[in-house]
Amino acid sequence: MNHWIIVPVVLPAMLAPLLVLAVRHSLPLQRTFSALGVAVLVAVAVGLLAVAASGPPQLYELGDWPAPFGIVLVLDRLSALMLLLTSLLSAAVVVYAISSGWDSRGRHFHPLLQFQLMGVNGAFLTGDVFNLFVFFEVLLIASYGLMLHGGGPGRLKAGVQYIAVNLTGSTLFLVAVGTLYAVTGTLNMADLALRVREIAPENAALLQVGGLLLLLVFGIKAALVPLHFWLPGTYANTPAPVAALFAIMTKVGAYSIIRVYTLVFGPEAGAGATPTGEWLLPAALVTLVLGTLGVLGARGLVRLVCYALIASMGTLLTAVALFTPASTAAALYYMAHSTLAGAALFLIADLVAERRGRFADRLQASPSFAQTGLLASLFFLAAIGMAGMPPLSGFLGKLLVLDSARGAEDMTLIWSVILVTSLVTILGFARAGSTLFWKCAAVEGRIEDAPARWPALPIAAAGAILAGMVALAALAGPVTGYFQATAEQLYSPGVYIEAVLGPASGG
Amino acid sequence: MELLVASGIGAMTASGIYLLLRGRTFPVIVGIALLSYAVNVFLFSTGGLTIDMPPVLSEDADGYTDPLPQALVLTAIVISFGMSAVITILALRAYLECGTDEVDTPEQDATVEEEESVSAQPSDAARGDTP
Repeated sequence: MNHWIIVPVVLPAMLAPLLVLAVRHSLPLQRTFSALGVAVLVAVAVGLLAVAASGPPQLYELGDWPAPFGIVLVLDRLSALMLLLTSLLSAAVVVYAISSGWDSRGRHFHPLLQFQLMGVNGAFLTGDVFNLFVFFEVLLIASYGLMLHGGGPGRLKAGVQYIAVNLTGSTLFLVAVGTLYAVTGTLNMADLALRVREIAPENAALLQVGGLLLLLVFGIKAALVPLHFWLPGTYANTPAPVAALFAIMTKVGAYSIIRVYTLVFGPEAGAGATPTGEWLLPAALVTLVLGTLGVLGARGLVRLVCYALIASMGTLLTAVALFTPASTAAALYYMAHSTLAGAALFLIADLVAERRGRFADRLQASPSFAQTGLLASLFFLAAIGMAGMPPLSGFLGKLLVLDSARGAEDMTLIWSVILVTSLVTILGFARAGSTLFWKCAAVEGRIEDAPARWPALPIAAAGAILAGMVALAALAGPVTGYFQATAEQLYSPGVYIEAVLGPASGG
Repeated sequence: MELLVASGIGAMTASGIYLLLRGRTFPVIVGIALLSYAVNVFLFSTGGLTIDMPPVLSEDADGYTDPLPQALVLTAIVISFGMSAVITILALRAYLECGTDEVDTPEQDATVEEEESVSAQPSDAARGDTP
């Protein structure tokens, strides 16, 4: 048993109480430990990715209890990929939060961030549906704290909404889990996959209800229309580094959809197979259209980024909804890209808002401000990435999604929606960019706001995320190779089931 | 017994959803609490409803009651209790800081000039804080 598998959960879980209890009075110490923890997390995630890439899924049995009875963690290509993405993103976020001083605007930023990482990593690693619920709760509870970091009336108000929506979502999750347990008598995902195949015909309808309820829950997390309404209000009122970190949270929903509906309710499920794609595809396309309209109509830069994020979830879930190995590989590539693009845009929006004083992030011409040129170029890069123009990873991602939809039943619809929304997104970003950066030349005066203590570092953090997008595009060959192997692994669930329940299980 | 439990869950869920859709924080919180009660009873019943059976296999009894849903319910109760406390405190803070307990957030669409002209006037009426 490879004990490194549990490190991404245990390390933040130990670090967070240490930060709260032992070093709560010293911000420099908190920063040091938090940054160190994230650095170790990146190293561990790289190691785990190498392990996952070189062999079959690995099982970690907590307390050495055998699989369907005890709690298990499973490391396969998909979870290793998500771990690496999370740790890289959190490293950039920690650097940004420290250097921009966001972590000193309220208390307990770093412990909450570590708890958030514990929840996210746990959700990616767990091989058990009920533990998925528990880790969802861990990451949500931490996110409530992070979202409210710094306080203020607007943030509190949005926080109440955010918590109410997610509590309702958790209730739905429990109903879905209860239904699955009532029908199958197990919650271990591998065991569930086997039991679903042998489901009695009279229980098949109940099982499908359970499966579709789960889709609803993951849809709330993934901001799928019509369950997206919590996202713009929440993210627009969230501190920027937290919003950047939350870019991975919508992906937790997408990850869960990919995991559960390929493994448990996949094509091999027989009578228990849920018509997931039929529900997901129209919802994803509407998400894409509504998100794009939001980009066009937004009156603040942060809200514009929120809607761009919703639109990117639409593209991502469109690819997921096709449920073929090629489309899933494309979805994974686009997932990595849109996480980075969303996070970079949130950080850049914050850098801009900070320098514009009372104009903040409003899309309104202001006098010119410090480092206009540099920020404009960063914004330009991130925006073409998000909109899907060459040469950055967004272009390749959309190309892969379009290519995987070729030959699908609804190909004309998917292609036209994705291509038209891309054009409209470009228009939206062009409008925002020209208002923010060009029209300030026509307005007299200059805003001289005091920059952060180390003005170079926050920009470097945002730049590092952009560099990640460049790397994703430059190394597209090997990266898509890994994603294709990941998709193949996902569509042969027997490998996963054998890894969890032993070779005799005959998945 | 099944009918009683099922209709109980149904009544609590229906009331919970009705309250959840109200526009003020207090009914919303009560609605969430009702929903979590409903889901706890539902989880409890997923193992099948039996009376007077041991929670493990035993030679003295001719059956057993499923212990796992009870463990699940325990976890769910702890989490929902904690979260109810969080949202209650937060709703109070939001009420004290914003002066209103409406759940809706207005979009901040005003330009800088509009906002300054609003804040220049005495704005008791604009804030809409009816007790």
